[in-house]
Amino acid sequence: MDPTILAAATINGLLLGGMYTLVASGLTLIYGVLHIINFAHGSMLMLAMFGVFYLLTKFGVDPYLAMVVMVPVMYVFGYALYKGVIGKLSNGKDENILLITLGLSILIENVALMLFKGDSRTISVSYSDRMIELGPTLVPLPKLISFAVALALCAALGLFMQRTDLGRAIRAVAKERVGARLVGIDVDRIFAISYGIGLATLGAAACLLMPIFYVSPTIGHVFVLVAFTVVVLGGMGSFLGAVVGGMIVGLTESFGGLYLGESLGQIGISLIFILILLLRPSGLFGARQ
Amino acid sequence: MSSTHSASRRLILQASAAAAVLGAPGLLLAQPKPVKVGLLHPVSGALAYSGGQSRLGGMMAIDEINAAGGIKSMGGAKLEAMLGDSQSRPEVGVSEVERMQQDGVSAYVGCFASGIALPATQAAAKYNTPFLIDVGVSDALVSRGLKNVFRLAPGNGKCVDDAFAGLAEVNKAAGGVAKTAVIVHEDSEFGTSTAKLLNAKLSGIGLEVKEVLPHATPTRDFTNLVLRIKAIKPDIVIMSNYQNEYVLIARTIFQQKVDLAGMFSVLGGGFNYKLVKEQPDVAQYMMDFNHWYSPRNPKAQEMRRQVEAKGGLFTFEVYCTYNSVKLYASALEAAKSADKAAVIAALEVSTWSDHFMPYGPTKFVNGQNQGGRAALLQASKTDIDVVWPNEFAGVKPVFPRPKFG
Repeated sequence: MDPTILAAATINGLLLGGMYTLVASGLTLIYGVLHIINFAHGSMLMLAMFGVFYLLTKFGVDPYLAMVVMVPVMYVFGYALYKGVIGKLSNGKDENILLITLGLSILIENVALMLFKGDSRTISVSYSDRMIELGPTLVPLPKLISFAVALALCAALGLFMQRTDLGRAIRAVAKERVGARLVGIDVDRIFAISYGIGLATLGAAACLLMPIFYVSPTIGHVFVLVAFTVVVLGGMGSFLGAVVGGMIVGLTESFGGLYLGESLGQIGISLIFILILLLRPSGLFGARQ
Repeated sequence: MSSTHSASRRLILQASAAAAVLGAPGLLLAQPKPVKVGLLHPVSGALAYSGGQSRLGGMMAIDEINAAGGIKSMGGAKLEAMLGDSQSRPEVGVSEVERMQQDGVSAYVGCFASGIALPATQAAAKYNTPFLIDVGVSDALVSRGLKNVFRLAPGNGKCVDDAFAGLAEVNKAAGGVAKTAVIVHEDSEFGTSTAKLLNAKLSGIGLEVKEVLPHATPTRDFTNLVLRIKAIKPDIVIMSNYQNEYVLIARTIFQQKVDLAGMFSVLGGGFNYKLVKEQPDVAQYMMDFNHWYSPRNPKAQEMRRQVEAKGGLFTFEVYCTYNSVKLYASALEAAKSADKAAVIAALEVSTWSDHFMPYGPTKFVNGQNQGGRAALLQASKTDIDVVWPNEFAGVKPVFPRPKFG
């Protein structure tokens, strides 16, 4: 195959990986702390993307500027949702949280369907189609920005977890819930904060994805399985894992598409998922149980 | 005396009241039974937008028919919508058919997607319930010998034939600039069957197919696929896929500045007013062979105004379902009953022409309306125009399209 196409596919795979990292970073935090699969992750991304869409179309707020609004709004929404619904209904049982988030995702998706209809929407801003020449290929500027921000976001979250008291408390709760409670950490509050931060990252992801992608009430399905694969591959709770996992999945999809066609190419993602579960269930950077 | 008068007045009032009460059921019985029309569409799941649009068209037709006095030959019987959601999944479509059957449905109109319509029509055939396909282009729908299935719009065989006739004419008028093509299609029944037909027939109009590129639904990124197209350097790209992927491919081709004489689609799911509104630069010059209304028909123009006044878009799903429901109503008028066999017999000999599609009077052969045809459309930055066939065309096509930069 033409080396320029291979180089272009590599660049494309990495950029695609950046997008997946964005969506997976919040999931890995929630997964790592709460130890549950947040089935509502895709629906929350969808809500955030609609938020960005309407901020632009109704109020003229640029998608990147919308981050100032979307990140805190999603944090508060996540915090309140955990405190008001998930935490209360779960009675401290992980399997309950799993079912509640599944129920929430169905509810949110159907309410969105009722409000927004099944319609897909795209936005057009001055830079949506601005292309940057990167080696043998042209890369849309929004994809480059999303890639850079995905890396920065994961680095910031990693630092936050390592260097701050709150980060240490979150890690303590993730590792030993009872022990954390014994040393005076308000575990429920940490859960709510983690859920809030997880959703806040989706707020950022939505702002970065909207200039590239479309939004519809079912958009969550398009990303959520890939995001889970990234988290499992990278190791739950690991932001470095989210970055590396995102890149591996992005490259797999890109080269799968190149060699097997876009129909079969995505099979690689499922294969990775199965292989990781079989060979290294804790993921590349996850702590071994 | 007065007491006698009073007593008799009371008696009369009581008798009147009794007559009214006793007579009411009789009056109710005299009202014709409503005809239950099953509108079966994917209003949730991946095809939810199109399903919602189809339902909108179906409901507009039912409301209009009822407002005009219902089915006159049946004593003004009203149509009653039974709403079904296939959730974009064939197996759910089948279970919805069964559910509606139990609830006394008289006919189905649906299903937007061929993959759902194939098993759904088969399920309805067990009960000999008429099934009017609004959108669903697979020719397998009307070639399995199911007597209950009728399709007003053209199937993909006819759409592709029309596409070839239109493409050949447009290309010839431009001096035969297009000589090679790449076909991109989604890999379910709809896209695959259309791509097969395209591939088999393109050489007949002097176009060499360089490559056929299938893709899954959903696909998140088309950069590699577009880079392959760029490397192949075809004169035209022909697509057959659903809305989201259509838009992503079109956008990526625009972003990667792939110079083409034209970008066509056959039944392109994303080619609509929304694409023009949201992505005018991407949409400009794109061409599509699709179901389309007769643009000069006043009824069509009025309906477009109505839909747009409510903030909606007048997409083909709306008026394909609208006209399919009206076709069913015309068969009820002719059959003078909702009896399934009588309606099927009426549809078989139907010559209905009160629609606003560019078809002429209906004539069904094995359930397929012989006059159904597709139009060639081209997007400008602000609207979509019919550019072929010439008798319906509002403007001339821009072909070849201007090169990038």
